[in-house]
Amino acid sequence: MAEAAAITAEQVKHLAELARIAMTDVELERMAGEIDTILSHVARVSEVATDEVPATSHPIPLSNVLREDVVGTSLSAEQALSGAPAQDQGKFLVPQILGEE
Amino acid sequence: MGEQNSPNSTGAADRDLTSLTAAQLAAGLTAGEYSSTEVTRAHLDRIEATEAQIGSFITVTPDAALAAAADVDRRRAAGEELHPYAGVPVALKDLVVTQGIRTTAGSKILEDWVPPYDATVYAKIRAAGLPVLGKTNLDEFAMGSTTEHSAFHVTRNPWDTDTVPGGSSGGAASAAAAFQAPLSVGTDTGGSVRQPAAFTGTVGVKPTYGSVSRYGIIAMASSLDQVGPIGRTVADAAALHQLMAGHDPHDSTSLREPVPDFLAAAAAGTREGSLKGRRLGVVKQIMSDGCASGVAAAFDRVLALAEAAGAEIVEVDMPSLSYALDAYYLLMPSEVSSNLARYDGMRFGLRVEPETGPVTAETVMAATRAAGFGSEIKRRILLGTYALSAGYYDAYYGSAQKVRTLVQRDFAAAFEQADVLVSPTAATTALPFGEEESGDPMALYVGDSSTIPANLAGIPGMSLPAGLAEGMPVGFQLLAPAREDARLYEVGAAVEALVSADRGGPVWQSAPTQYSSEAAAATATNA
Repeated sequence: MAEAAAITAEQVKHLAELARIAMTDVELERMAGEIDTILSHVARVSEVATDEVPATSHPIPLSNVLREDVVGTSLSAEQALSGAPAQDQGKFLVPQILGEE
Repeated sequence: MGEQNSPNSTGAADRDLTSLTAAQLAAGLTAGEYSSTEVTRAHLDRIEATEAQIGSFITVTPDAALAAAADVDRRRAAGEELHPYAGVPVALKDLVVTQGIRTTAGSKILEDWVPPYDATVYAKIRAAGLPVLGKTNLDEFAMGSTTEHSAFHVTRNPWDTDTVPGGSSGGAASAAAAFQAPLSVGTDTGGSVRQPAAFTGTVGVKPTYGSVSRYGIIAMASSLDQVGPIGRTVADAAALHQLMAGHDPHDSTSLREPVPDFLAAAAAGTREGSLKGRRLGVVKQIMSDGCASGVAAAFDRVLALAEAAGAEIVEVDMPSLSYALDAYYLLMPSEVSSNLARYDGMRFGLRVEPETGPVTAETVMAATRAAGFGSEIKRRILLGTYALSAGYYDAYYGSAQKVRTLVQRDFAAAFEQADVLVSPTAATTALPFGEEESGDPMALYVGDSSTIPANLAGIPGMSLPAGLAEGMPVGFQLLAPAREDARLYEVGAAVEALVSADRGGPVWQSAPTQYSSEAAAATATNA
């Protein structure tokens, strides 16, 4: 697995679409080269990641924390909207979400 | 900067207040030798006089700082019981969310964002009465190790303005080194407090994961991020850590146990013989050979001083560390790709519409993120998206998580043999601007290899000055087991005293106070 094939600009284009970042062809080419360089280096991790080794997701053991079920203070609608690029009638105003038929 | 003034004296009315440590300022304020307004104004004046050359700040907040200072002075005059450091000014990395003060994360995507709430760290600092001087520069979203990746301007190293201050907390570290602020708040995901502290001759600490609340700290990689103090002395870093630490119901990852007395630990370290019998472990795998000769010489000198003071030097073997950098550059981008998904141009921050084609939520998100993020951010988001994608998850992200387990095991074994682990903080002293432009992204990532293991394992680390190499500060890193931050302050204070005695004064007092750079950094804005 470590010796994966080189990352292509086409693959990076797909990643950029997943990550919602518009990129030019020049950027895609450059990014493909850079990501390939990094991956070919970091893929070494699989050399020592044997089945006997458990994964660690968090550095300190933690258990989930729930707060008391009581009403507390929270942001007002006005505060929550204060940084919005656009708003209307106390709501976030966003561009068209669904495709038009 | 009155270099002729002894920083150990207090009481002289004409002394430059910016040359004092936070501990000295706290004592002088408590004794009524000067007011917080005078102290705060002195630092604001210093910022005004030096900011064009250094560029530590993205935003300076003189009005808010002076108002906070006046409030402390009034309460002190009224006989109120105040926090011991009330009135001592502080600078915040611009990753700390501050209500009413714009918070940029060094990114165009948050250039004009004024948060509607406060980070817990900021709330604690205000409650304790420490005036906030402003928000310091950083690599965009804390991704970088030179502060050159700020979307706004570079920050220059006060020791040599042709070199970088390190990063990502480069503004926070340079503010302390340039006497613009006695204390700074930074954040450390892979070394972002410790490496700039090393480059600027200051003391920087990455606390145990969970020691300081991260509520309101703009997230980069949530299983690695920690808030950390920067000061010119170990005791000052201890004081700021003490003030910021403690459980926060807003942060489920914050530790529940009581905060140890870090200041007492630092004081204990300065006592004669405190290093006797302490085992300092030199890690074979951390930069044994790769250091610049001046860095290696300064590091070895400190080891010799410690040994002469009764410490035992042992060598420890941590084979997994040769994989730590690789694991970090999979885990961190994966978490980055997830955390930065929130910058979508919909609810806060920048919104950019595409120049051509349909304007939908999706195309606006893509255009916003294209315009708002710098190339390093994009690279890490795409890398993380790849590492987390179906078919590659086990080989990349899953394997990296296993390496993390191995690193933790190696640390556990190493701390059986040693009380603290030591290494140079960075392989070199501060580098000139533009060194990163070599083209190989991996070459610059390797610079973090001595600091990253602590973040993977969640353990605390400190960088303090080991001395100078060709006139530039060298960082000495100490690592302790999780929840043993106090041990860092004790041993750190002992090492600091040894270095100071050896060279005839603390390293920070050798820092230049006048800067010649003509290529002025962009001026910070006043808020």
